[in-house]
Amino acid sequence: MSELSVSVESVGKRFRLYHERPSSLKERLLRMRHSRAVDFWALRDISYEIPEGTTVGLVGANGSGKTTLLKIIGGILRPTTGRVMTRGRIAALLELGAGFHPELTGRENVYLNASILGLSRKDTDRQFDDIVAFSELEEFIDNQVKFYSSGMFMRLGFAVAVHVDPGILLIDEVLAVGDEGFQRKCIDRVREFQREGRTIVLVTHAVDRVRQICDRAIMLERGRVRASGDVGDVVREFRLAMLQQHAGLDRVDVTRDAEITGVELLDVNGGPASLVTPGASIHVQVEIRINRPVSDPVVVINIHDTGDQFIYGTTTQHHGIRLVDTEGGKQRVTFDLHSLPLVEGRYFVSVGVRPGDLSQMYDWHDQQYPFDIAPSSEEEGRLFIPTEVRVEPL
Amino acid sequence: MADAEILVRTSEPPRMRVKERFRELFVHREVLVNLTRKELKVKYKSSVLGILWSMLNPLMYLVVFFLVFKLFLKSQIPDFHIYLLSGLLAWTFFSTAVQGATTSVVGNSPLVTKVAFPREILPLSAIGSSMVNFFFQFIVLIAVMVAFTYALSGPAVLLLPLALAVLMIFSVAVGFATSALNVRYRDTTHLVELGLLAWFWLTPVIYPALLVLEQGATTWRLYQLNPMVTITLGFQRALYGLRRLPDGRSVLPDPGISWYGIRLGLVGLAAVVLLYATWRLFYRRSGDFAEEL
Repeated sequence: MSELSVSVESVGKRFRLYHERPSSLKERLLRMRHSRAVDFWALRDISYEIPEGTTVGLVGANGSGKTTLLKIIGGILRPTTGRVMTRGRIAALLELGAGFHPELTGRENVYLNASILGLSRKDTDRQFDDIVAFSELEEFIDNQVKFYSSGMFMRLGFAVAVHVDPGILLIDEVLAVGDEGFQRKCIDRVREFQREGRTIVLVTHAVDRVRQICDRAIMLERGRVRASGDVGDVVREFRLAMLQQHAGLDRVDVTRDAEITGVELLDVNGGPASLVTPGASIHVQVEIRINRPVSDPVVVINIHDTGDQFIYGTTTQHHGIRLVDTEGGKQRVTFDLHSLPLVEGRYFVSVGVRPGDLSQMYDWHDQQYPFDIAPSSEEEGRLFIPTEVRVEPL
Repeated sequence: MADAEILVRTSEPPRMRVKERFRELFVHREVLVNLTRKELKVKYKSSVLGILWSMLNPLMYLVVFFLVFKLFLKSQIPDFHIYLLSGLLAWTFFSTAVQGATTSVVGNSPLVTKVAFPREILPLSAIGSSMVNFFFQFIVLIAVMVAFTYALSGPAVLLLPLALAVLMIFSVAVGFATSALNVRYRDTTHLVELGLLAWFWLTPVIYPALLVLEQGATTWRLYQLNPMVTITLGFQRALYGLRRLPDGRSVLPDPGISWYGIRLGLVGLAAVVLLYATWRLFYRRSGDFAEEL
């Protein structure tokens, strides 16, 4: 039975948004009346316990309160209600290189930043070479930081951050720094922290990352816990929420000169394609009706993943197909997507009709048609690449 | 991690426990040292003369005031340059410390909104960098005294550490208040600048306190409500000593060294009380700094 590292008990955080709050003494004196304030609860009644040595992923849409919660755990903000208990030294990586001063050299900033993050001078001396090596900035360490590129700045910031010796590490989106190689190094370092039994709270948008490194996850929605516990469950819930959000989004300004009257995703057997195995094919069937005379209508389909990444898009125009454009005309357009090279996850199809010259949009259904790619064996990443493995005796 | 520190945070502004605050500051002393060093480095990094600037500042004052008050206005104060420098030493520290502290929290907003550490460190590091400048300017004063073979006036020198201690406590007390206030009301900076200007002329740095003393007991008593009067007089008594105008009047009040000692002690006591009050104000507000910035 391990001890608790972090205990959050019915924590709420209220921000007051002031209209015309006097921000100077002069104004305060000139206008004695009280300013109106609007209360905004960034967090409501959050309770959560993190046992020592666990890695928790904190997910949620923008503005759901993730960073606020992290700041409260880190002691930067004070809760409005409830209490927070933490055991052990906390290092909060809310921003890399927070407190770096452009006029100082890399070396000076390392010492300054390390001491702010709680590393003693002696420890910094001992680890200095490691820090510099990690940042890959050996040649530039005695240059002023103002001459660094933003990538170098971030690298140095992360290098210092991962060399502090915290019991609890709070990370806010900062793993998405630098090139692939550096990112991998950061992830490796986080895994090392995990092996050493440290507690980590990770805020991120990248659901894959949560699945990759977290033991547990919490999802916040408008300041409340919507789901918590098993990583898979929470990630599924998060994707569902993103879907609902997308559905609620209003369409692009559409003229309805041509209208989408029906969309279906079908699998090879003609049944609804809700769960598809990697590499299988689907058919996107779109029915449209021309309401007013239009010239050269084009049907568009796009596919996005849950991270809102644009995966693939095509149009009837690309395939050299001309559609009927007479008023009242109805037609069905079918896109056969052969062999979807995608890995497990939910994907969303958007469908639209527009004129060939892109000047306007007749109709647009934004990411309204989801399908899931079934989990296959142990494949990871973005793309499904059919692979065979051979072994030959040498 | 059995010995790990346990922190509990609630909605209540934390009670200020002096011992605990001192311990916190002690634990974070390296941050204080590093931030002070940063202040100094940043200030002088891109300048050719570097730290010499902090010595040039009082020298420039010396030349200008000497020109105006000694040559144009015919001040009768003997060894006017020593008189001026000893008072200016205290005043320059006070004004740069308070000005630096006032902008310290707002000026370091990236730190305040992203990292947790005792916020007191910010005004303290600004005051710390003023302290370093103070010592360089003190060297200038000593050099001038040696150059003019100016003799120190015996046991009165003992007033110097006392006056310095009171000056520091008072500066920190004022700095805590103005820096906390500046987070909420950003024009505090201007107000402080203006206030310091008036305050300077209400402190006997370039004119002798004698002139006020001769205005009568009530004026003198009111005048002494300004803590900087007692502190500056302490510096002047310790460094400049007892000197007389050509007509025989003493430049500094002359009821004995203990008169200065007692007054400094009283002002010091008041400064400690003030420090407790402003520190408490600062500490209680510091939990919301990250939100206000």
